[in-house]
Amino acid sequence: MIEVLHPGIYCSIQDQGRFGYAKMGVPQAGYADSYAAKMANALLKNHEKDALIEITFGQGKFKFKSDTYICLTGGDFSPKLNGKLIKMQSVYPIKKDSVLSFGKRVYGARVYLSVQGGIQTEKVYGSRSYFEGITQQKLVKGAMLPILPIEKDTDNSFSRVRASEKHFTTIYLPCLKGPEFSKLNNEQQRKLLTPFSISDHNNRVGYRLKESLENNISSILTSPVLPGTVQLTPSGKCIILMQDCQVTGGYPRILQLSEIAIARISQKITGDKIQFILEDHS
Amino acid sequence: MKFQLTYKLFGRSAILIEWPANISQEIIQDIISFERKIKEIDSILDTIIAYNSLLIRYQNPITTNEIIISQLKKIYEASSYLIKQDQFLWHIPVCYDVSFGIDLEEIANKKKCSVADIIRLHTETDYLVYFIGFQPGFLYLGGLHQNLHIPRKSNPRVRVDMGSVGIGGSQTGVYPQDSSGGWNIIGKSPLNFFDINASESCFAKPGDRIQFIAVDIHSFYQIEREVINQEFIIKKRLL
Repeated sequence: MIEVLHPGIYCSIQDQGRFGYAKMGVPQAGYADSYAAKMANALLKNHEKDALIEITFGQGKFKFKSDTYICLTGGDFSPKLNGKLIKMQSVYPIKKDSVLSFGKRVYGARVYLSVQGGIQTEKVYGSRSYFEGITQQKLVKGAMLPILPIEKDTDNSFSRVRASEKHFTTIYLPCLKGPEFSKLNNEQQRKLLTPFSISDHNNRVGYRLKESLENNISSILTSPVLPGTVQLTPSGKCIILMQDCQVTGGYPRILQLSEIAIARISQKITGDKIQFILEDHS
Repeated sequence: MKFQLTYKLFGRSAILIEWPANISQEIIQDIISFERKIKEIDSILDTIIAYNSLLIRYQNPITTNEIIISQLKKIYEASSYLIKQDQFLWHIPVCYDVSFGIDLEEIANKKKCSVADIIRLHTETDYLVYFIGFQPGFLYLGGLHQNLHIPRKSNPRVRVDMGSVGIGGSQTGVYPQDSSGGWNIIGKSPLNFFDINASESCFAKPGDRIQFIAVDIHSFYQIEREVINQEFIIKKRLL
């Protein structure tokens, strides 16, 4: 078990997300930074789809009630094991009653904590990803998260990797044209590909951008949207939808971010710059 | 009836198919039928249905979009038969007491009619379930009487109770969960529109119909108890 001593600003259990139920209005959910989450699992020789804890702004505190191995990836918030600084992207053996905490932000916005075998909370519709009304386990103070017993013959030759610095520093977000991109005029298209900054409305549902675009295109009939869809609101603000977004929306869908672009923006914070880079479909 | 469809890539691993941009029963039935035909394709991860579109998400990035699109076109063109799924008319109890329908009197004033008129107009017709979106279990319903079209509130409420029945513009619907909301609230249903513990979390599906049945406040609480004890069976009729 892992005991949540303090949930920090927000933390949740996430895996690859929930698929096959969008027709009932069930959002995909799942880890926001797939690059970091997959790395955290890979370093522990876990399955790519194993559930881990996504910690926004790394301010949580966790106590391990049994021996295990852990690995932290994503944003660096000076993680500490029993008060002693530990490294990102490294596997640590954990003794029962150890406490994981965090300190100052170095870079990024979301930390991933993986444990050997993955977090074992109940699967709902094929996924452990938290979503209000779907999964029960909220990461509040005192929550107990089941984990697997340590594998006896675990070999200790875990690799250690360096996270790509670019993942956290680049402003570029590769994307494709969205279904309504062609409704934008040349000037709007040009403006869309200049730098934007992230407003303080940013979370797992969506990131709203600060700068406006002149918008004269009308709303559409409510239509499907995906994580990574960039919507243009009537006021001219762009919203980048994230993993917890609803399945349909009525604003024009002007861009669609690639998976790596969604992962990159999930590590950005209020005020950070971003720039969309249009790629070809081929 | 066949429609002129457009096929577009949406991201790297999804195809968006669009019907003419109208809200119509023929279009939504055609989308539902098409979605059932492609259901068996192994490589499909998920599908999303809306008024005039069908999004098909594939397991992997699409490298041969021409091949996939021509495969989909063939399925659409070839079969003239409609895959008919069982569609039901659901009887949904709603209590239109003003303690639940907190905007009823204001609407009656604006529309210069009585609260009873509003209830009659809302319950005398049935509504087609176009699709489910916004929240798990939120039904997009079509067929609201013109006299009941009311603009959304300019200041959305921070909290609207689960089960609240509302009107927003030309749409009517039931909030499946407590949430914020800008619709005008006219009543409350004791039913659970998204119950994760039920065998069918969401009883209604696209293509079904909804008939609201007015019940008094006494019946509301009785049904609510039965729903909690999992004893209530929603009345339905095969269409």
